[in-house]
Amino acid sequence: MSNPTPNPAHPLPSDEVVVGIYRTMVTIREFEERLYNLFLTETMPGTMHQYTGEEAVAAGVCAALLPGDYITSTHRGHGHAIAKGVSLRSLMAEMFAKDSGCCRGMGGSMHLSDPAMGMLGATGIVGGGIPIATGAALSALMRGSGQVAVSFFGDGAANEGAFHESLNQAGAWKLPAIYVCENNLYGFSVPFSAASAVPDIAARAAGYGFPGVVVDGMDALAVYSAAASAVARARRGDGPTLLECKTYRYRGHSRFEKPTYRTDDEVAAWQERDAIRCMETYLTERGLLPTGEPERVAAEVRVALDDAVAFARSSPEPAEDAALQYVYSDESDPLSA
Amino acid sequence: MPYTTIAQALRETLREQMQRDERVFVLGQDVGKFGGAYRVTDGLYAEFGPARVRDTAISEIAIAGLAMGAALTGLRPVAEFQFVDFMANAMDQICNHMAKFRVMSGGKLDVPVVMRAPYGATGRAAQHSQSLEAWFAHAPGLKVAMPSTPYDARGLLRAALRERNPVILLEHKLLYGSASPGGKAASAVGEYAAWMTPAPEEDYVVPFGAASVRRQGRDLTVVATGLMVHRALRLAERLEQERVCSLEIIDPRSVYPLDSATICASVRKTHRCLVVVEETAFAGVGAEIAAQVSELAFDYLDAPVQRVAARHSPIPFNYACEAYTLPNEGRIEAAISAALAGRNGPWQ
Repeated sequence: MSNPTPNPAHPLPSDEVVVGIYRTMVTIREFEERLYNLFLTETMPGTMHQYTGEEAVAAGVCAALLPGDYITSTHRGHGHAIAKGVSLRSLMAEMFAKDSGCCRGMGGSMHLSDPAMGMLGATGIVGGGIPIATGAALSALMRGSGQVAVSFFGDGAANEGAFHESLNQAGAWKLPAIYVCENNLYGFSVPFSAASAVPDIAARAAGYGFPGVVVDGMDALAVYSAAASAVARARRGDGPTLLECKTYRYRGHSRFEKPTYRTDDEVAAWQERDAIRCMETYLTERGLLPTGEPERVAAEVRVALDDAVAFARSSPEPAEDAALQYVYSDESDPLSA
Repeated sequence: MPYTTIAQALRETLREQMQRDERVFVLGQDVGKFGGAYRVTDGLYAEFGPARVRDTAISEIAIAGLAMGAALTGLRPVAEFQFVDFMANAMDQICNHMAKFRVMSGGKLDVPVVMRAPYGATGRAAQHSQSLEAWFAHAPGLKVAMPSTPYDARGLLRAALRERNPVILLEHKLLYGSASPGGKAASAVGEYAAWMTPAPEEDYVVPFGAASVRRQGRDLTVVATGLMVHRALRLAERLEQERVCSLEIIDPRSVYPLDSATICASVRKTHRCLVVVEETAFAGVGAEIAAQVSELAFDYLDAPVQRVAARHSPIPFNYACEAYTLPNEGRIEAAISAALAGRNGPWQ
């Protein structure tokens, strides 16, 4: 087990930030565990793709963002939404396809969004969020707002055309974008090593004229430091960064899928480096995690999740014809004259 | 001075809207210094600079995604695709993302993107000639319009920039009335000058879902889009002079939403209907119009609804072969004869 390693090139985050990252990771883990059990024990709508194991990436990156910054996400997006501040109630209600969900029961697990939190949307199309985040970065640049846009995506998305076109254009225009690749080694069942001759996706950034950084995605502080550097670079006007976070999903690709394409030894080796346990060791050594604190944090999160599930259960279903009300906006743009 | 070509009407409307609202900007291939393949953005770069008239890489996915991300975050992008055929590259961003985000977000995310693209056959063979309105009209969440005059081009673009929805304007290459620098683009503007209604400088919009009755007639309703509007209008004039029949010509202007009320009101008057479109017939917008007329005005029809559209083939290069594939006046006249005689249509 290795401890989180702050980047010497970047100042240590404050204790408050570190503890916040820890709490976010625990929240994501507990949310996913609760959801897993809900899918086991009752009829839940649709499917889900769990983020368990990858928590350090969302928590570390989002801790380096301001509330007004943008993210786009993926089919495996619960962690990104939680880390960006989307409420547990509205997320859980969306899992139950209720009208009180963040997408009013119209999007579900794969299509989470919350514009008020800068969460511009998750997409079930691999790579589909990368061009959108690039457009948000262009918008931030044109408006001079100082915002940055982060696109989270997996190793599979790095082989989509959308990845190439977006990163190329963002490099040419020095857009304030951060491309966060969560390389969990498998695109569903196919190992990345079989899908590409290049071991590190970060190396592709050289082809776009901006830095590509390989980050230990099980080390939340390493992720935070790399993200903070990338955010600072973007806000300075120096352009995008590609962060490749090497990580691992503990569960199958979706729902209860059994990952027959990987070995128990491999899973155990990654779990040995579990991001939350590593962070607990680090916090304990720094005196930031008194005895019993992990249990207290987990218990608090579980209470919040109890509340979220109760909220979701008691919320009304959307009207049967609700989608038809949302297809088109009837509003007129207040365009000048 | 009124704008007398579609290229000019679009250009001056973009200029006006960019002057009035700093959120509006243009992006696409060669839209900057070069001024666009069909000259629509000519001069805008000089006035607004590279930040608001953005030459992109040849990357249609990126163009669509950039526009969408910018629209989600407060700007009003106008994305030009150099040919509608090239939009095939961007279909995922357009149909899976722009079109769906509003429903997927429960109505919280608006995607006010305006996309423009030239369409139609002009001797450039299979990959630069298509009429793909049906692809987009089939995606709930998009609006699709096909201006056939400078008046409609200005009015529809102004309406598009007031939409909170993604809108696609499909502009026929032969109707732009513009030519590349040093070049002479094929054009039908001279041929159809009588029907190219100019665009006044005044503020007005042509709302989506409002068809235009381009010509009053008694015997047969012809619903036509884009270039076919003009082909039908010219034919109507000749057939009237020859005392063959009196055609009423309707241009839906926007194909989604479709103004079936105006079309059906005309059919209730003439009792006959012919649809003329440049797209292939099968599962097309023309098929949709014919279906709606059959559903909504069946009792008033004295003959089967007829269709004339491109034959079911990629557009061939050879000029005579291209002309054979497209809905030419001979085929339109044959369908009119069938409709007037109450016969079944000469299906393709």
